[in-house]
Amino acid sequence: MTAATVDGSPAAAPEQKPKLVAFFDRIDAYNNLLLPVLAIVSALIVGAFIIGLTDIDRLKEGDIGGILTTIKDAYVALPTGALGSLRGISETIVSATPLILAGLCFAVAARSGLFNIGATGQMFAGGMASVWVGFTMDGPGIVQVPLALLAGIVAGGLWGGIVGLLKARTGAHEVITTIMTNYIAGLLTLWLLKTEAFQQPGKDNPVSKTVSDKGRLPELFFWSDDPSLRAHWGFLVALAGAVFMWWLFERSKIGFELRTFGSNADAARYAGMKPATLTTLAMFIAGGLAGLGGATQIIGTQGYATESFAGSIGFDAIAVALLGRNKPVGIVFAAFLFGILEAGGRKMQLETDIPLDVVLVLRALIVLFIAAPALTRLIWRLKSEGSTSVLQFRGWGA
Amino acid sequence: MELELRGITKRFPGVVANDDVNLRVRGGEVLALVGENGAGKSTLMNVLYGLYKADEGEILIDGVPQHFTSPRDAIAAGIGMVHQHFMLVPVFTVAENVVMGVEPTSLGGIKLDLATAREQVRTISEQYGMHLDPDAVIEDMPVGLQQRVEIIKVLFRHAKIVVFDEPTAVLTPQEIDDFFVIVESLKADGKGIVFITHKLREAIKVADRIEVLRRGKTVGDADPKTVKDTELAEMMVGRPVDLVVDKAQHDPGDVVLELTDFTVRDPSGRVLVDHVDLQVRAGEIVGIAGVQGNGQTELVDALVGLRRVADGTVHLVGQDITVANPRDMHRHGVAHIPEDRQREGIVKDFDITENLALTGYYAPPLSTGLTIDWKAARTTAEHLVEQFDIRTPSVDTGVGTLSGGNQQKVIVARELSRDLQLAIACQPTRGIDVGSIEYIHERIVALRDAGVAVLVVSTELDEVMALADRVVVMYRGKVVADLPRASTNHNEVGLYMAGAKESAA
Repeated sequence: MTAATVDGSPAAAPEQKPKLVAFFDRIDAYNNLLLPVLAIVSALIVGAFIIGLTDIDRLKEGDIGGILTTIKDAYVALPTGALGSLRGISETIVSATPLILAGLCFAVAARSGLFNIGATGQMFAGGMASVWVGFTMDGPGIVQVPLALLAGIVAGGLWGGIVGLLKARTGAHEVITTIMTNYIAGLLTLWLLKTEAFQQPGKDNPVSKTVSDKGRLPELFFWSDDPSLRAHWGFLVALAGAVFMWWLFERSKIGFELRTFGSNADAARYAGMKPATLTTLAMFIAGGLAGLGGATQIIGTQGYATESFAGSIGFDAIAVALLGRNKPVGIVFAAFLFGILEAGGRKMQLETDIPLDVVLVLRALIVLFIAAPALTRLIWRLKSEGSTSVLQFRGWGA
Repeated sequence: MELELRGITKRFPGVVANDDVNLRVRGGEVLALVGENGAGKSTLMNVLYGLYKADEGEILIDGVPQHFTSPRDAIAAGIGMVHQHFMLVPVFTVAENVVMGVEPTSLGGIKLDLATAREQVRTISEQYGMHLDPDAVIEDMPVGLQQRVEIIKVLFRHAKIVVFDEPTAVLTPQEIDDFFVIVESLKADGKGIVFITHKLREAIKVADRIEVLRRGKTVGDADPKTVKDTELAEMMVGRPVDLVVDKAQHDPGDVVLELTDFTVRDPSGRVLVDHVDLQVRAGEIVGIAGVQGNGQTELVDALVGLRRVADGTVHLVGQDITVANPRDMHRHGVAHIPEDRQREGIVKDFDITENLALTGYYAPPLSTGLTIDWKAARTTAEHLVEQFDIRTPSVDTGVGTLSGGNQQKVIVARELSRDLQLAIACQPTRGIDVGSIEYIHERIVALRDAGVAVLVVSTELDEVMALADRVVVMYRGKVVADLPRASTNHNEVGLYMAGAKESAA
């Protein structure tokens, strides 16, 4: 598309343009879907070789047929483990839920022009606030659950908002400050979990008091009394978060300002928007979403807080957002895919002796292929989106 | 030496940028290549300079086909290019910049032989009457002299054909005259010159032959001795063009904008706009002329609230708006067409609807409460596209895919399509096609006829002279002249632009 504007300006040929632009629009829409799919396919192919390599015994014997069977078994176990049973689906949802919210967190900031890698810290803040509400209050669930979620949003939002404020006031780069606030949040959590206010009585390790049953998010599969179905309403909360993000960016005034600021900060200033406010607000909203993710982890999945309840979710979510192209629908699907890999991976490990780490490799490969679209295009012989020439004779104004 | 481009065709996905283009230039000849923005001049020169590979056609030097795969090949073949944007190291001296990459050395290639370099630079400089001090540091030199350094760079590499890309865009009128003298001396020395420009008068003045490019094709050549600029414009655009802005007698009303003692400083306290007093009346176009970098940009930025006013006051119809921010200005009925279209005026990733809503999205009818009524915005956008003749298949098209002229029309439509007291237009037609220039000028005049106060800031003297009822010249942050258009001329304003006191004396 850039090539067209470099020189052959469409305006010079008005009768040609409708077709031309429609053509490019179509390519673009196609690429939006095609690239992630091709990235996943590429990752599965490369992953197959790696799975083959892990099967050292058969490799030594040169048992190609056996290796192929292993690969087949792995790729069958993955989806059936994740989706072949209600239990598998439940586990997939449990994994996907916080990834959706943390992915939305990254995407909201990214579309506002900020690189927020602080989802982990924001999840800690939100989760700790909600666990406190959860074990101190003893009201009916209809009051307590929303209150705990709200506490998560506010705490996560404030934790993210600090970063935004620091950037707006002092220009401190958010990548540095989110890394630092992640450390602070993690260590603060560890410290809090050892205080009398939080620590579960009679325990030596840093574990919080337990959230009362009324304060937990209801089970998703409420009709079944199988206790292993862990999925909870946090999933619906996450979907609501996705709808919120869609509304924010596609309908709301603030979202338009955030988008403008994210795409062209100078234009935002010119148009009378306030960059300092927008930076702070973007980080508040992003942090709020991650905080909500932390809260669903606590009052949904775990019921209490540990020093590692945020795990690597905050970072995995960056990959989720990348794969989902920072769009809410894309993020839901990407989080689901990661949930499938995680839930299915456990089953694969049980059934085929292939280590769970292969799943991590697969995930890394998907991200690699997504992050390097040029590589994926090269492999699949797709035409490139724009001109690859860096050095160009610069025209006037064009 | 004779350079010939024969049947050059270069395609990009969906666009034929060059379509069977033929071009020939001999030593001792000046060829002007004129064409609208997007006509394919840049592509053609990229092909010539080895940056693009042509899909068809060939480049011949003295009848021998050439195969350029990089600028290095082109330079080796005797082709030199002076880019519009200079490629000089600001903290290096003239001599250092000239020899960079081809440094003369001594002691078997270890020691940089700057003495030789200085001598060679001095020789070339004197031969073509450029009067350059080899030891001067680039950042201390005016733009006109920096351009000469670029020229010497090219000559130092033994260029026989020199291509100039819009060489006069950054020069003052006096510097332009000096530049033409240098071109003459290059020509006298047998160099072939390709002069790319969209300024028709300059092409007519300096060229031996004029070649017109339109939509990637050579549509004809013209003899500068006989051709008129209107004829050239018509060849360029493909239809008759009115180069003179039609203006009725102006009838100014009350003062709308009044700057008093208006001063702007940079963060270190240096004065950028120096105690300016300025009035713009209703129904009047005031044009601010000046060479780029003499405080015009900062004046407008501070006026619209994008920069702090250090001293002085701004009044809009009697009301003090010195500390107003851009949103306040929008509410007060002030339109602002920004100087740098791509940087401030549009968001390239957004579609036309969104760009048309960029400054007015916050208030009715586009928004009440928390949300934006995109349906209403789209309807408005469709009207504006129609009304302002924005050439696009739909309002959902990304603004980034439009030509510069149509992008500018989007901005003009957005800013001028509401009730206004004051319109500020900075470089309203920079880098856009003749047809769009004509249209935007008409709009600005119509606005003034409707009783709006208009402030036009342009570094193109022709534009200021064509539009303004009063011409204000800025030099080094000061207003050095405030002249009724009717009683001044290009020459006088040009002298003020170059620093009135010395030149006018």
